[in-house]
This record gives sequence, structure tokens and C-alpha cells, in this order.
Amino acid sequence: MHALYISLVSEFYKSRKTLAFWAAILLPVIICALISFGFYSDAEKIIARQYPPMVLWAHYSGAALGVMGFLIMPFYVIFMAFSVNNIEHKNDTWKMLFAQPLNKFSIYAAKYLYAVLLIFICLFLFATLTYAFGHLLQVLLPKLNFNQYNPLNILVNSYGKLFLSSLGILSLQFILSLLWSDFLKPMGIGFIGTIMGIITANVGWKYAYLIPYSLPALSLKMTKVKKGGDPLDFPVFTQEIWTSLIYALVLFIIGYFIVTKKSIK
Amino acid sequence: MGNYAIETVGLNFNFGNQVIVKDLSLQVPKGSIYGFLGPNGAGKTTTIKILLNLLKSPSDQVFIFGKEINSNRIATLKRIGALVEQPAIYGHLTGKENLINRCILLGIKKTKADEMLSLVGLTDAANKKASKYSLGMKQRLGIAQALISDPELLLLDEPTNGLDPNGIIEVRNLMIDLATKHQKTILVSSHLLAEIERTATHVGIINKGQLLFQGTINELHLLSKPMLEIEVDKIESASSLLTKSGYEIIAKTEKIITIPFTSSQKSGELNTLLIQNGFTVSSLYQQRKDLENLFLDITKTN
Repeated sequence: MHALYISLVSEFYKSRKTLAFWAAILLPVIICALISFGFYSDAEKIIARQYPPMVLWAHYSGAALGVMGFLIMPFYVIFMAFSVNNIEHKNDTWKMLFAQPLNKFSIYAAKYLYAVLLIFICLFLFATLTYAFGHLLQVLLPKLNFNQYNPLNILVNSYGKLFLSSLGILSLQFILSLLWSDFLKPMGIGFIGTIMGIITANVGWKYAYLIPYSLPALSLKMTKVKKGGDPLDFPVFTQEIWTSLIYALVLFIIGYFIVTKKSIK
Repeated sequence: MGNYAIETVGLNFNFGNQVIVKDLSLQVPKGSIYGFLGPNGAGKTTTIKILLNLLKSPSDQVFIFGKEINSNRIATLKRIGALVEQPAIYGHLTGKENLINRCILLGIKKTKADEMLSLVGLTDAANKKASKYSLGMKQRLGIAQALISDPELLLLDEPTNGLDPNGIIEVRNLMIDLATKHQKTILVSSHLLAEIERTATHVGIINKGQLLFQGTINELHLLSKPMLEIEVDKIESASSLLTKSGYEIIAKTEKIITIPFTSSQKSGELNTLLIQNGFTVSSLYQQRKDLENLFLDITKTN
């Protein structure tokens, strides 16, 4: 456990000055700020439509969730999986890392967990900032009715699902980035996978849930379908989430075996 | 086994069908500076990677401080500091941050980083990005990283690579210091015999994955018999005089006669002999065989 902890601390120390780390913070800040700015400058139309508070929140948070679920999230995950491994490929530091008196599992697991952590931070910030900016809009434009509904449950559930459904992609991309030092191979495969995921999720193919890349989109689609009813009603642990978690676990274990067998050139 | 810091017993290692290391039996005594000598591609770096368990060796072939490496990986690595090939440095971090990162991984005090920076003379460049370092500075930082845990055994793969003459002398002195004052064992690889001769107490010569020679530096010197090269005029008559006086002539060119070197006194006597017989000796010097010839010699005898 101690080895895992210090490996994790080292991962943070190494990456804290890189784009990969800051992307986790900047991405939600920029997107949420843009959407809020859009709402602010379009305020008169929105106020004129007189949405009920819950629908207003759904409309507002859906703007970020929609973009995230379909496009940014898969690519963001692909990028994270790439960057935590690339830091060692680029500097030729794998040999140094595995020559430290730490067990290989800790080194591998710390890298994986760090990527998970970055994705979590990113999505956590999305949820928090959506909430905060919503209330900020309310202060700036008192005619809105953001304050009449508490959206925390929708936000936590939606982003929670998005987080869990992206772990399958993470594990898969993590292995690809571990094996290949270049950017194009994992990125190319990830790109094709994502496009495939979006298409299969949208056409509602029966087996779309078997493609890890379609899971974020699928998990949010379910959320949207249930919007008409009680928003607290939708279950978090749906088929997509389980599939994602199973993919994540199995591929994580396979990745570990690749690491132990890997010759450090 | 107890006296060896490193012992390999008939070590074999292949990359696919390609044999990299063949029946290698290294014996590195504790407290020695072991010069690991061989041309490029001889298997030096591979051997060092095996000693770090980066490449997996067959069981019961590699022992570090008497312990089998595969079953004692972490305990063994705790006692080793290493510099393999190009130093492993994060370019986006400063020199100091690179060392602090190592401190985090090893669980040692971060103040050790400053100590190491001053030891390798990088204090002024401590806060500069490592990607902006020169090759020599990177090498120094690599050495600092290897030393930071105060390991008993140091594996240095061509540590003077890219260093200027001053840097080379500093690294040499540092190695001698570490071995004599701090009782460290150092395995240092190189493809330059002259480099190894200045520091090493023991030498192992490897070629095409096979150990051709292993012994103390004196044993190596006995093997690489030094020659005496004499630059003299009237070369034909000079050589017949030498032959008559009982000297064995190894080689003769238009200007230079080569005979085996025995001692400085004997060289003096020979000089006197030539001069007394009316020859002009323009130079007389001891020549040691270079690594290439040494290799040929050793491979021939094997």
C-alpha cells in the first residue's frame, strides 16, 4: 500500500506542470464558462420561454453533458490514458521507474489510478461548476428561476454515470498507450472506436453496449429518456455501467500482465 | 558467494532467437571498482539491465549480495543505484525536481536532492529545466540520481559518456572516492580500456555476449604485454645488433623497431647499447596494446 501511495504522489509530482494535469481543471472551467456566457448573452430569450426550474436546469446542464458524453469525454479519456504513459515513453524513463525498489503492480496501478483520478477531478469540476455557474447566473439575472430547484441529484447521477461508463475506454486505451510509445496508434484506434461508439449508440444497435466507446453516450441517453418522469428515478448501475466496469477490471488485469512480461528496452 | 557483490552463474539471455549473453559468469568482489569492458553491442547494457531485473533472467543465475535476484527483487533494488544508457530524466522538470521525484519514490528526505546537486556540481543549474541541460549536465544528473539513495552497489553504464575532460576526471575521482572512502562496490561499463585502467581494480571483458577475461587489473596488465617502440636510424643494422644481443624483435617498420617491454631499467640499458654502437635513437617509449589488439589476443587464446 505504501508503494502504491508513493507512486501516486510521484505521478502527481511529475505531471503537475503538464497539460494533462491542467486539462482536468481547464476543460471544465472553459466549457462551463462558455455555456454560462451563452446563457447570459441569450438571457432574454430564455427568460421569455418561462421554463419550469427543473427543465431550465436540465437544459442548462444538458448543454455541457451532451458535448461531454458524445465527443469530449471519450477523447479526454484517450488523452489521459496517453499522457500518463507518454511521460515515461517520451523521457525514456520506464527503465528508471522499474529499477526502483517498488513492486511493479504499485507502479502500474498508481499510473492507472492517477488517470482515473484526473478524470474524476475533471467530471467533479464539471458538476460543481455547472451548479456554481447556474447560481451565479441567477444572481446576475434574478428573473431566471435556477434557485427554485435543487439540481444536485441530476448532476451527481449524470456525471457519476459518465465517470463510471468511461472507465472501460480508459482501461483499453491505457493498454494501447502502454504498448505503443507514439501518439497516432492509440489516438487513431480511439478515434475510430469513438466514431463507432457514437454511431452504434445513436442508431440503438442491440449490442452497442459491448463497444466500450459507446458506453458514455449510451449511459447519458438513458438519462435523457427518463427526463419526463422523476429525474431521481433513473438507476445509476445500468447495463452500460456494469459493462464498463467489467471491461475496466478485465483490461486492467490484462494490462498488469503485459507490464510484468514487458521487457524494458 | 559471500564475498561477491554480484555473481552470475552461467547466465544466458536471448532476445527471441538472438543470443545476447552466453554463459556469463561475472564475479564482482565487494568494494571493488569493476570495469566492464567491451565493444558496442557486446551485451554490456543488457547485462546491466538483467542485474536490475529490468530484463528477467532465468532463476538461480544472478545473485546480488548472495541473494537470487528474481525472488528478492525489491530488497535487492534497494541496495543498487544505477545509471543505464542515457540518464532517465524528465525533461519538463528541473534538475532539482527530478531528484525530488526520486526522493519521493525512494521514501527519503528531500534535502538529499540539494546535497546531490552540489556533489555533482549542478547547484547553479538546479532550477533549470532538465531538457535544457547539456549532455554532460544530464549525465551528472543521472549520476546524482544513482547516488541519491546511498546504495551499496552502483551500476554505471558508460558514465563518462558526453562529459568533457574535466567532467571525466571528476567522475573518475568520485568513483575512486566512493569505493575507497565509502566502501561502495561499483560496476562501470565502458568501451575504452584506457578509461577503465585509470579507476578499476577488477576487469571483465565481454565480446558477443561472452566473457573473455575476468581478473584484477594487474592480471590484465600481464596479459596485455606492453611493448617497447624504438625509433632509430639505420634500422637494418640496428635490428641485427639487437638480435645479436639477444632481444626478440616483434615488429619492424621503416623507422620503428618493436620489442617486448620488460622494465624501465632494461629500456635504459638498451638505449645505451644502441648509442654506444653509434646509432641515433630519436625516441624510445612503452606502448600498451589497445583494446582491439587485446581482444584479438584474448580471443585467440580462447
